[in-house]
Amino acid sequence: MSNSDLTVEKLASEEYKYGFVTDIETDKLPKGLNEDVIKLISEKKNEPGWMTDWRLKAYRHWLTMNEPHWSNVKYGPIDYQDIIYYAAPKKKPKLNNLNEADPELVKAFEKLGIPIEEQKRLAGVAVDAVFDSVSVATTFKEKLSELGIIFCSMSEALQNHPELVRKYLGTVVPYTDNFFASLNSAVFSDGSFAYVPKGVRCPMELSTYFRINASETGQFERTLIVAEEGAYVSYLEGCTAPIRDTNQLHAAVVELVALDNAEIKYSTVQNWYPGDKDGKGGIYNFVTKRGACRGVNSKISWTQVETGSAITWKYPSCILQGDNSVGEFYSVAMTNNLQQADTGTKMIHIGKNTRSTIISKGISAGRSNNSYRGQVRITSKAENARNYSQCDSLLIGDKCGAHTFPYLETNNPTAQVEHEATTSKIGADQIFYLNQRGISTEDAVRLIVNGYCKEVFRQLPMEFAVEATRLLSMSLEGSVG
Amino acid sequence: MADTSQIKGWYLSLFKDFENHLNGEKSSSFHSVRKQAIDRFAQIDFPDTHQEDWRFTDISPILRHTFSRADKEATAIQTKGQLSRFQFNGMKSRLVTFVNGSYLPELSIQLPLPEGAVIGSLADALKNRNDAVSGHISNDASVGENAFTALNLAFTADGAFVYIPDGTEIEEPLHLLFISTGPGEFISQPRNIIIAGTNSRVRIVEHYVSLDGGTYFTNAVTQIHAGENSSVNLVKIQSESLNAYHIATTDASLSGNASFVSHSLSFGASINRHDLNVGLKGEGSDATLEGLYLLSGNQLSDTHSMIDHVSPHCTSQEHYKGVLDGKSHGVFNGKIMVRKGAQQTNSYQENRNIILSSEAKVDTKPQLEIFADDVKCSHGATVGQLNRESMFYLRSRGISEEQAKLILIYAFASDVLKDIKEEEVRTQLENDLSERFLAPLK
Repeated sequence: MSNSDLTVEKLASEEYKYGFVTDIETDKLPKGLNEDVIKLISEKKNEPGWMTDWRLKAYRHWLTMNEPHWSNVKYGPIDYQDIIYYAAPKKKPKLNNLNEADPELVKAFEKLGIPIEEQKRLAGVAVDAVFDSVSVATTFKEKLSELGIIFCSMSEALQNHPELVRKYLGTVVPYTDNFFASLNSAVFSDGSFAYVPKGVRCPMELSTYFRINASETGQFERTLIVAEEGAYVSYLEGCTAPIRDTNQLHAAVVELVALDNAEIKYSTVQNWYPGDKDGKGGIYNFVTKRGACRGVNSKISWTQVETGSAITWKYPSCILQGDNSVGEFYSVAMTNNLQQADTGTKMIHIGKNTRSTIISKGISAGRSNNSYRGQVRITSKAENARNYSQCDSLLIGDKCGAHTFPYLETNNPTAQVEHEATTSKIGADQIFYLNQRGISTEDAVRLIVNGYCKEVFRQLPMEFAVEATRLLSMSLEGSVG
Repeated sequence: MADTSQIKGWYLSLFKDFENHLNGEKSSSFHSVRKQAIDRFAQIDFPDTHQEDWRFTDISPILRHTFSRADKEATAIQTKGQLSRFQFNGMKSRLVTFVNGSYLPELSIQLPLPEGAVIGSLADALKNRNDAVSGHISNDASVGENAFTALNLAFTADGAFVYIPDGTEIEEPLHLLFISTGPGEFISQPRNIIIAGTNSRVRIVEHYVSLDGGTYFTNAVTQIHAGENSSVNLVKIQSESLNAYHIATTDASLSGNASFVSHSLSFGASINRHDLNVGLKGEGSDATLEGLYLLSGNQLSDTHSMIDHVSPHCTSQEHYKGVLDGKSHGVFNGKIMVRKGAQQTNSYQENRNIILSSEAKVDTKPQLEIFADDVKCSHGATVGQLNRESMFYLRSRGISEEQAKLILIYAFASDVLKDIKEEEVRTQLENDLSERFLAPLK
């Protein structure tokens, strides 16, 4: 047994000592991808036969596809045979107190204003019995199950609620959808599953935060959220704390299904490692996110704050099938140094009286490139569809780029589609005004940028909004000359 | 598209035929430019909808025809009596007439020219070995970009040639009239070259018409070089036959403090595609691009504009409007590029569309690509119906719904024409519009 495996083994038993529930596997599969690897993944997770077949179908389809290159991002070739597709959940070494943690990390936590106990959890410090996130999570879980809400990891869902997973998985993002979605369908390791039954309003923000043993970000995550008739759920993904991960390629898939009168609110704060100042390292975040408003009067709302990753390439979309359904997209994408972002949304109007709103704020600094790419399609049956899009870009420094690529496709005369975009830098007069009142240039820029993003931050749950504001200030650091 | 090799073969054999008719000109140095172009054409494919720039525009109907080269002599006579149909009432202009792509001096009106100025045909300019011609054609690499522009370059034989020396103003507008007339299905490929020197001023109307509504293919390229401090005004009116295909590229290159104003009006053709590329190459240059497309039936009109801000302190404004009826399809792709170092750029772009029928559709894609920080760029696009408040205002004054609709469409469309400097052209276009939309009210 190799050295690292031993460490894992040791840590696993340590965890157990403190009463954590754990199912850590010590083995991992060799690098590379073939049908046997997929069968093994499925087997290890004890999945039903139909799931294995589905994965294999996805894999066979993936083999016929070519990696897309139409986006406005550049990266070196990815060797898909050089990736470990199944490994035991990684565990960070447990620390005894915060002093042992990376001082950079602690500094970041302080700036973000994360509570001390929370800091410990994020840094991997063993938490004491008083503030045990596990027991907190357990309490919440009980409360949720009383209401009939299912909220668990995808693996658990496949064991306990296979019929629900089978009914909805792949119905919004089929395994044939795109190169990275197909890959994800074939090899996804884990993810979250949420199901809110008819007429239930989920009393709290669901978050990966409360998930036992699954808090480590997976490389190929798969999330499925279903809101039955009249249900409401708000889901938070990610966190403001900087997350370092050794996996470079992240290809997640998120599927949302909203039935009649249901509403799903999905918020993302993404702050993965963006690479260093010279663009070395950093995560490729290639995500497929899509929601289907299946029922009448249903609503799906995406809010995202993207500050991390070397490359962000994603378009959270809404398919507005039900009459009177509503789709929303609020986004702040900030790029600094050599980061690249190509992000936006798709709003596909199919039902009558469907409405969509797109608010996108891009901020480019350093030598980064930031693109908004969005599509609004009004199909011929979508009577009285309405769309409003606003995409603004802010440029900080003269070496960055900001790009806008909106596609508006209208096939119905009763539709009203509006798109507006502006690109500008922070006005010298605005900076002067604030300087004059004793505010330093750096603070002035922060103030202006936060004001610029307010429209999006307002959509975030309270605590997230506060942290997101600070996060943005941090990302801006060093960009003002 | 399996059969494009066949149609390509057809155009390649057409080139052989064209070469054989060139006589002595074949040995000129310019002919090597043509040869390079046909070689390029042989290498590249016709664009299809898998290409981003042609995503919404399916040109396969054009490739189903085998268009032949037009015979100018046979058609000259029948055109003569009909010329007045296409002239603008009361406008004193210099008329340069082309029939099926060839210059006809007997149908043109030449007025005395300032010293050094040339207004005439490219064929003559090529024959006289005018240095300005070959210099400008071969310098411009961008015009050999796709199969159509390569084809045009290969078949370069005629078109308008305008040369305005430094410090010269041509007072009367130039009316470049391109008449297409049968019989048979033919292709005409005019290449127009307009060179405006430093401190010069010129106004041009580029006018495409059809005599008898035939099926033909116009594949035009217009190159404009606006010198320092010059002013070039271009009104392009595309009133081709509804059975015709019109593919055109306008390339304008602006030196310092030059001003370029373009009005592009497209009414005719079954498939219309206009690539309008403006390079703001000199500091302080300014471009204004206005456009209108009125479509009905099965028409398809596609405008691709590219405004390239290369130098600092340049400004550009673009307004395009479309009214779509029947099963028509409108496409607008407007790109604003701000290059590194093009600081203090101010650029605005707008595309507005009104769809009148349930089967018409619009695909619009305004784009901003910005690599400088001290800029002000914005764009807007709307697709929708007539403004409800305006409608209500008119209805409340006792105007019927149908009438109110027509009045509002007329107002929406005629807005584009209001800045056309040539009064006679504007009046005539306004009359055409009111005929089209307001006739039922009279």
